[in-house]
Amino acid sequence: MKDIEGYVTEDGRKIGGVVMEMRNITLRFGGVVAIKDISFDVREGEIRAIIGPNGAGKSSMLNVISGFYNPQEGEVWYKGQKRPQMKPYQVARQGIARTFQNIALFEGMTVLDNVMTGRIRQMNAGLLAQALWKGKAEREEVENREAVEKIIDFLEIQHIRKTPVGRLPYGLKKRVELARALAAEPSILLLDEPMAGMNVEEKEDMSRFVLDVNDEFGTTIVLIEHDMGVVMDLSDRVVVMDYGKKIGDGSPDEVRNNQAVIDAYLGVAHD
Amino acid sequence: MPEQLIWAMEVFMNGLMAGVLYALVALGFVLIFKASGIFNFSQGVMALFAALTLVGIMEGQVPFSHLINAVFGTEIHHFGWHVPALAAILLTMVVMVALAWAVNQFIFRHLVNQEPIILFMATIGLAYFLEGFGDIMWGADIKKLDVGLPQGINLAIDEVTYNIFGYGFFIDNLDLWATGVAVLLVIALVLFAQYTKQGRAMRAVADDHQAALSVGISLKFIWVMVWSLAGFVALVAGIMWGTKSGVQFSLSLIALKALPVLMLGGFTSIPGAIVGGLIIGVGEKLFEFAIGAPYLGGATEIWFAYVLALIFLVFRPQGLFGEKIIERV
Repeated sequence: MKDIEGYVTEDGRKIGGVVMEMRNITLRFGGVVAIKDISFDVREGEIRAIIGPNGAGKSSMLNVISGFYNPQEGEVWYKGQKRPQMKPYQVARQGIARTFQNIALFEGMTVLDNVMTGRIRQMNAGLLAQALWKGKAEREEVENREAVEKIIDFLEIQHIRKTPVGRLPYGLKKRVELARALAAEPSILLLDEPMAGMNVEEKEDMSRFVLDVNDEFGTTIVLIEHDMGVVMDLSDRVVVMDYGKKIGDGSPDEVRNNQAVIDAYLGVAHD
Repeated sequence: MPEQLIWAMEVFMNGLMAGVLYALVALGFVLIFKASGIFNFSQGVMALFAALTLVGIMEGQVPFSHLINAVFGTEIHHFGWHVPALAAILLTMVVMVALAWAVNQFIFRHLVNQEPIILFMATIGLAYFLEGFGDIMWGADIKKLDVGLPQGINLAIDEVTYNIFGYGFFIDNLDLWATGVAVLLVIALVLFAQYTKQGRAMRAVADDHQAALSVGISLKFIWVMVWSLAGFVALVAGIMWGTKSGVQFSLSLIALKALPVLMLGGFTSIPGAIVGGLIIGVGEKLFEFAIGAPYLGGATEIWFAYVLALIFLVFRPQGLFGEKIIERV
């Protein structure tokens, strides 16, 4: 970690020092190498994208960060400390929230209840107090509800607060999932293809939400996305992966002009 | 008031009481089903095991004494002490929590993401294992359980009803206690599931494992907790049934009576388990009284519940209170 201080972006957002660093990560499934010796860092307050063609290992990378996969080699550094091997729920409790490519919501619960589960980390009152709605538990519940309502307003899903999630269309489910992740007030928010399967209008909405979240709450965001246009507009820095290897890393402009990246996306003539 | 009607009222009340006991067992089923999607066939055997353990601890029985005596040629049976009821209940609860941990550690941890039918089969295996294990541990003889709950006719009700109808109702004190305990238990469980963090986490785990992990819920903790809760409900049911009819291995058969209760009430509803239990209890007693005994030669209580459940399955498969299955196509 050389330059600790950080920098200021063109649109005036302050980007802080390194909050997370992946060092020489290698992940294998049997003989298949999903991630090969990849290193990159994430700075506080930035939107960091991971892009690459299908099967490049992007989701695997996100799963390593969120503890769903444990890499065979390499180290994850979080807030200046080397992270020991952790279960996904332990990672979540450290303040790393995520969404899933295929949406993982509690289908039987209402939108409000779903978003409330995001705040489990912020509920500390005793069991009896919670059950009887007394003292600390009451204060906590009120606080948590306020925070959750704010996020629900923010993502414009007030009208479906009491609807069971199972009844919602795809685009709204994606937004509820984002709301739940946000409710945890995460230090890092991981988004696995937040715009996959959306139409242009929904994509624009989602892009706006991602930018607003970053702007309003100062949340550090790591996102995976296929749509090059979206990624280039949204992100401060981009990691490019191909066949499990890192082939590019830098600002959207740098990446766009990187020959290896162009080859990976457009194909290269073999002669 | 005609005599027949007064008798029917007494039968009705006794039916309610019997229904409470059915509901107690059904409650254990619903709890695990809601929280983990597992239909726990071994719930009845867990009640038996809890009751056996409670008696064993109270009487100061040496666990596995038959096995130890057979292997080493010793003659030990009792430690020679008696444990007071309350302490014994607490100790039994510790055993049930340990059992919950073991069940998760040795069975269900290895079956994550398996089909519900496979999990169900595993609980059948667990039921047989527990029955045998309880046998080896505490012996197969019928045991008397007395934790100090009052038994016999409730004189106050007898007197009041005699003054009103000129006929005293026979209501067992134990049944009244069972009702009170069941009501408390249900209130506690509903409060727990709806308003506590652990309850919310429990419902979350039942819905989606991955999502639960991603918000910071430990699956292992929740599963052990759920099985401990089921163990606790089993203990309560075991105490009530054991006090009523002695701790014997046929106790595990009452679990089967819980099935029609669940079909009526719905597998996912705690109030459903209660209402279902009451309907079955009252239904079978009244049917026996009004139709069974006079016209069908009696003993209709054995099959009435199942026939009622069958009729329900035809007309309302999700039960009275069960969640309607909503699926977007």
